Amino acid sequence: MIALVIRLLSGVQTRWVGVEPAVKPRIYFANHLSNLDLPVLWAALPPAIRRRVQPVAARDSWTMTPIHHWLATRVFHAELIERKAITHENNPLRQMEAIIDRGNALVIFPEGRRNTSDDGDLLPFKPGIWHLARNRPEVELVPTLLDNLNRILPRGEWLPVPLMASVTFGAPVRLGEGESREAFLERCQAALAALADDREET
Amino acid sequence: MSGDLYWFSIAILGLLAAATMLGVLGAWLARSDRNRGVVADANSRLLAWWFLAGSIIGAAWLGQTALAVLFGLASFCALREFISIHRTRRGDHRALFLAFFIVLPLQYVFVALPWYGMFTIFIPVWAFLLLTARAAVAGDTTRFLERTAKVQFGLLICVYALSHVAAIPQLTQDPTDGIALLCWFLTVVQLSDVFQWVWGKALGRMKLAPTLSPNKTWGGFIGGIGTATAIGTALWWMTPFGPGHAAAFAAGACFLGVLGGLVMSAIKRDAGVKDWGASLGGHGGVLDRVDGLAFAAPVFFHITRWLLGQGI
Repeated sequence: MIALVIRLLSGVQTRWVGVEPAVKPRIYFANHLSNLDLPVLWAALPPAIRRRVQPVAARDSWTMTPIHHWLATRVFHAELIERKAITHENNPLRQMEAIIDRGNALVIFPEGRRNTSDDGDLLPFKPGIWHLARNRPEVELVPTLLDNLNRILPRGEWLPVPLMASVTFGAPVRLGEGESREAFLERCQAALAALADDREET
Repeated sequence: MSGDLYWFSIAILGLLAAATMLGVLGAWLARSDRNRGVVADANSRLLAWWFLAGSIIGAAWLGQTALAVLFGLASFCALREFISIHRTRRGDHRALFLAFFIVLPLQYVFVALPWYGMFTIFIPVWAFLLLTARAAVAGDTTRFLERTAKVQFGLLICVYALSHVAAIPQLTQDPTDGIALLCWFLTVVQLSDVFQWVWGKALGRMKLAPTLSPNKTWGGFIGGIGTATAIGTALWWMTPFGPGHAAAFAAGACFLGVLGGLVMSAIKRDAGVKDWGASLGGHGGVLDRVDGLAFAAPVFFHITRWLLGQGI
């Protein structure tokens, strides 16, 4: 019901390019444009997958008000992680691995914060995705390109413009044998950026 | 003369029912893959026609305000489709918010009042100057003229031009006559599109505008406008004109509708998309359906207004 409302309001179009929707442990890694990314991506997934997916969200921004907290934990089933003061007890990687081990899928935003550039170049990825790929090598990493959300609700604005968003899922990436951290992060980033080029051609 | 509207509603719904039966029959008879594709395309368009015709007829019975609300919604969807595929920047955000939530509703309030002196200038004067200024104040000069042109063009086509359809009932003394005239106008322009498609499929060889719109053919163009003009002439009793004037107006409106389709195709090709959206089944988006109306309506509105003022 909430998903339907979000889909209607954001006019989101979902495309699966080089990957089929499937209910299984996967890591969807997406570019980060807006506070609406998480709700829209969640709503764009087919219901069967949506029930088994847990987005990762920053605890500091999703506990600002009780409404945020309710949405994050009750509606989106987000896993709240610390961004500052990481210790052995609250290491976000352990939380994400636990989600995979429960047989759920994960949504992460490896850019780490909202991208405010107008030209759409991705920010350098944080290394978390590499650790996940190394610790859970059997899991597919699905590049997920969000588009137009920065125009619907850019960072620092509170009035939305009712444009149509799109979500594109691309062919999965896997960690290569003996692949270095830098090379892998760059490859993930390229896979995500390639989806943007696809979109401009069609 | 709500009798006109009554017979019109019956005729349109009857036509759709007949077309639906043909569609079912076609799906049953089609053997080759190509024919099946054509029938499936026609049937998905037909489904959207039920929805479109149903909402127009419903609004026509409710009156002028309902028509303004309906076309306001159509403008909203069309503008959304138009702006979505054109790259604007952060600096346009506030101007776009104003365009969607202030300019668009106000335009239709002025149409519904009706305040002729305001709705004909509101977007070309007020929105044009003030929204451009709002974007300039945001301080981003990158591609400024291009971005502003996109927002202004979107407003002019999707909101300003399209709102003239909802203003047609003001042209006559008695608004019920005007609503009948609006229904006549919509029927003629939309049937011209339908028959262009039908004739184009039946005898389309010579391309009308190969670079703009590869599916449009001379056969479709002549057959479509001819058929729609004949229907418009036969329905002259819905208009304040005699049959001769009705024929001329129908042909003119259809011709402008084709031009509108070509202009919007050029913009789509430039932006690298085939359709404006996917909300209306085989039609594409809302803007794919109303582009012809947007071009035909202001011209039809002003010529009719002038002629009726001359007392024809």
